[in-house]
Amino acid sequence: MCGIAGLIHRGKSSNVGQELQGMLQALKHRGEDSTGYALYGDTDGQNFIMRFKVGENVGEGSSSVMEDVSVYDERKKIVDSYISQMGAKIVKEERTLPYSLRYEIDYEKGDLLEFSQKIESIPGVEILSMGKSLEVIKDLGNAKAVCDRYNLGDLVGTHAIGHARMATESGVDIKSAHPFWGYPFSDVSVVHNGQLTNYWNNRRILENKGMRFMSECDSELIAVYLAEKMRNGATLEEGMKDSLSGLDGVFTYFVATKNSLGMAKDTMAAKPLVLYESDDLVAMGSEEIAIRSVLPQEIDTYDPFDGEVKVWQI
Amino acid sequence: MANLKTTEKKTKAQSMGLHTEVLTGKTQQKFFNPDEAENFYYWGTYDVDFNKRTELDVNDMDCKEANKKIDELMSQGYGTIVIKNPQGKHSLGVGILNKLNLIFEGSLGYFGVGSIDGPTVRVNGRVGWSCAENMMAGKVVIEKNAGSCFGAAVRGGDLICKGSVGARTGIDQKGGTIIIGGDAGAFTGFMMQRGRIVVLGNVGINLGDSMYDGTIYVGGKIGSYGSDAIESPMTKSDIDWLKRKLKVAEIGENFDVSKMTKVVAGKKLWNYDALEPTEKKGAI
Repeated sequence: MCGIAGLIHRGKSSNVGQELQGMLQALKHRGEDSTGYALYGDTDGQNFIMRFKVGENVGEGSSSVMEDVSVYDERKKIVDSYISQMGAKIVKEERTLPYSLRYEIDYEKGDLLEFSQKIESIPGVEILSMGKSLEVIKDLGNAKAVCDRYNLGDLVGTHAIGHARMATESGVDIKSAHPFWGYPFSDVSVVHNGQLTNYWNNRRILENKGMRFMSECDSELIAVYLAEKMRNGATLEEGMKDSLSGLDGVFTYFVATKNSLGMAKDTMAAKPLVLYESDDLVAMGSEEIAIRSVLPQEIDTYDPFDGEVKVWQI
Repeated sequence: MANLKTTEKKTKAQSMGLHTEVLTGKTQQKFFNPDEAENFYYWGTYDVDFNKRTELDVNDMDCKEANKKIDELMSQGYGTIVIKNPQGKHSLGVGILNKLNLIFEGSLGYFGVGSIDGPTVRVNGRVGWSCAENMMAGKVVIEKNAGSCFGAAVRGGDLICKGSVGARTGIDQKGGTIIIGGDAGAFTGFMMQRGRIVVLGNVGINLGDSMYDGTIYVGGKIGSYGSDAIESPMTKSDIDWLKRKLKVAEIGENFDVSKMTKVVAGKKLWNYDALEPTEKKGAI
């Protein structure tokens, strides 16, 4: 089933980590195999923030194969050496969990395609997000469990999107969890509720065009599809409108960048979305109950119609 | 059909949990007969006094607790119940089978006031997907917008949304009236079988797709027609009915109903009985 939620604070920052946790926790009945956050934090914009994993969570319910933890250290060492080889410098390093790391990197060249291809050439290593504002955090469990595990409660930012997943199309693992990074674009992330029925056809076409897939989750296609459109010069909104005919199936998805956040709903309107919009706040979710966690007072909400695409500038 | 009359086959089928009735023609439907009313007990109903009013704050309750509390209040004779702080919770006010004034001071989530038979409900907020699903009788008024599948499979009563609704409004509708003050999304009246839908605003694509019967009136633009849906001329009785219905619904007071588009099913289904049970009784 899955649930998605999004939040924009217009013209100010807020505690988006805590707020999104509340929204996603309200949707936990839609799936708690994994939960993911794409948070756009307040940063100075100098360095790239790279969230990456060197292994999988092999806890209860996981479909991943257990590995010796020492392998994680080996992979991290290779990542560090590759970063150095590419003329980049690790400014700050955090290792929240044995398999999950956050680096702040001074990388003047800024060629994220070359950079991520090099890093991800290491087996078992996946970049979850890269950008100057975006941080993708995703792991197994419900919203509160992931928030607590990664200390997201204090994260301040302008906007965020998130996903509570019930695994249907692929495994219960971090690589199949949402949000997906819009590789190789800085600060682009996607969450999706629905099923895409032309996943393999699109995947073959996009892989032939040099795009990269890390999982077998159909939702990853949206991130790759939009990234390919943007690579060819389309704006985010143009890419999203194109996706209504290019993607087959039922879907409601959110896509966020450093300065914008958008939603698209398929022409069958088969997947839910409730939206609230005011001068200083936009809140949306699969169910109104998610919005109520940040706006308990009586408000006017509505369902976007079939085939609707909306993009807000932050 | 395989011959199930032989004992051996019948026993085998029964052991597999299969039904073994030999069907002979149309399904035999049995309708409620007022002459047998004293033998009829409608489980879960209460005699309530509309002048006996109370408020219920459901902020800290889940939907089961809240519905149980409403049931308890009805059993005590309360006929007017005001629900405070529904906070978008799902499945509130479902399965009420008697007369009641039920007022929600706020918005409901999914499946609000489903499977009801008789109450008058007012929601001073918005409702999520599948509001009043399977409603048998009564009146439901939504002051703001509604989600998709509004009035799915309703069989009777009046369901009114003063704002706009999502997709598939009146899907599988089997009777009653659905009135929308604003716009409606795609697939409005999808697989509709009986009853009427009135939309004062615009409707999305595939209006009345695969409809069997029933009537849809649209005041605004139509995105596109679904298969089996066609336009039909408005008659005086349509106009009179619409005026009367909109007045009762407290909606579209100055709306010119004569300019509405009437949409009906374009195909004839053999052996299809378009009459509602009450209409059928009248006809007989």
